[in-house]
Amino acid sequence: MKETKGIWKVIGASSLGTLIEWYDFYIFGSLATVLANQFFPKTNPTAALLSTLATFAAGFIVRPFGALVFGRLGDLIGRKYTFLLTLIIMGGSTFAIGLIPNYDTIGYAAPILVLVLRLLQGLALGGEYGGAATYVAEHSPTHRRGFFTSWIQTTATLGLFVSLGVILLTRHSLDADAAKSIAKFNDWGWRIPFLVSIVLVVVSVYIRLKMKESPLFEKLKTAGATSVNPLKESFGHKSNLKMVLLALFGATMGQGVVWYTGQFYAQSFIENVCKIDFDQSRTILIWAILFATPFFVVFGSWSDKIGRKWIMLAGMFLAIVTYQFLFKQLLTLSDNTTKTELADLKQIKTTRTPVANTADTLRTVVNKTYYADGMVLSETKKDTVYGAVGKVTLKPDTKISKTVGSSDYWKMVFFVFIMILYVTMVYGPIAAFLVELFPTKIRYTSMSLPYHIGNGVFGGLTPFIATLLTTIYTNDKLVGLMYPIIIAAVCLVIGTMYISNKIDPAIDR
Amino acid sequence: MNQLKRFAGIIWIILGPVAVYYLIKTAADEIAKKPVLDTKIQWAVFIVVFIPIAIGMVIFGWYALKGEYDHLPESSEELID
Repeated sequence: MKETKGIWKVIGASSLGTLIEWYDFYIFGSLATVLANQFFPKTNPTAALLSTLATFAAGFIVRPFGALVFGRLGDLIGRKYTFLLTLIIMGGSTFAIGLIPNYDTIGYAAPILVLVLRLLQGLALGGEYGGAATYVAEHSPTHRRGFFTSWIQTTATLGLFVSLGVILLTRHSLDADAAKSIAKFNDWGWRIPFLVSIVLVVVSVYIRLKMKESPLFEKLKTAGATSVNPLKESFGHKSNLKMVLLALFGATMGQGVVWYTGQFYAQSFIENVCKIDFDQSRTILIWAILFATPFFVVFGSWSDKIGRKWIMLAGMFLAIVTYQFLFKQLLTLSDNTTKTELADLKQIKTTRTPVANTADTLRTVVNKTYYADGMVLSETKKDTVYGAVGKVTLKPDTKISKTVGSSDYWKMVFFVFIMILYVTMVYGPIAAFLVELFPTKIRYTSMSLPYHIGNGVFGGLTPFIATLLTTIYTNDKLVGLMYPIIIAAVCLVIGTMYISNKIDPAIDR
Repeated sequence: MNQLKRFAGIIWIILGPVAVYYLIKTAADEIAKKPVLDTKIQWAVFIVVFIPIAIGMVIFGWYALKGEYDHLPESSEELID
């Protein structure tokens, strides 16, 4: 009991800041479709979405560089001040994104500014996580390191959860009329979740300023044994470099793709492939996250008893063998062609809006089809009716959006929950696993790099690469899954063969 | 098991360049098709990002082949040179 005294304060202060950083990082992804409309040319919606996802992915790609810059700083000057700095950079960048004028106002300067700020976000996050995980691990008693660090592991998922919650809340509270509220959100309300971040960051900075330096780092500093050149020691020495590579190819690479398939690609798939509407596609994820989050702590704690390796690899194995099945279920549940249509309830509504200074009108036709199981399918077609004789819109803009009935909704929540359960298996024990691989004086640098390449590059690119694959192989809606499945399979083989299941009894060197 | 670990090292060494070759070939094919979507920048970013990782895979394979992973350190103390 005595040895865990004060640890909850450490976990609380570290986790709050890390959660806010993840929140900042994920609101961008959660608003991808809205941001595509704001910051990119509207000529081709798919190209705009891909550009937004690419900007989103750019934030992931620079994470390893953040890991190097801030990891080095953390091993030189200490954990506390380094992750205080990352928090300020992250909060400032997020706030600034909320202030950027859109593409219609400043043209290509808009996507360029967004990209720059997104890169800053990525750099900051690259420095944050390794610091927080190291800080908590270095305060934890040996036999409960998996349990205590697993609380830090919940922050990424909870950050996503809070980002989805704030977005939905904002989207529905800008006007008493639901449709007007959504229109306002798409116009300017999307800025609020970005601007809110600054308040959260100020609170977190205040809390973190009161924290003390990690006891293990303090001990090294007093003894004058801190690293002079952490980068050289981490990657220039074969004994450390080989462990960095093993951590990447045998653990974090697979963990990254499982994380982002379960919590990001699943939502993107439900919204863009299954065509489930904005709100439902997000609340499905919110419920699944809520039910699954406690399992981070369950698996983290369990790893203290049976070791980290097999829990992480079992999560990868289950993901590899069941992803196709799980995503197929999501497709089947959202497929209206197999459902009984209630023809009597069908609604068609046409509105015409005159286009200023021309004889043309913008015609919007909304077809609403109701099904016996509660599904409602809305097809919105927009085209221009030209005043000039013989001129017609070649390709009307058509959007399909579905809401599923209650029973199918909860089935979808269940399937996403299963995917997030795999996330908790691969991710819950991984902080303790990484901390135990490297010595104190180069820990921040050494563990941050494989984590952010695995999680940021391999994982973060999952939604983008999967979406890109669907544009290449257009006949197979599940083709996007080939990327996470192949990466996780290679990682599973390497992890099984090379990783040790030993729990390091002491990390205080 | 150690023999298997070393033998598999050859696979990891080969996997690095094969993955890069496949990536470049797919990128070239897709760009050549001139699809409606312009994805040149995206493919270029993929290639630039994944080449260092592929080099890392080759180094990992080389270490495995040389038996560097025959015995893994059981505590972080063994990692200090």
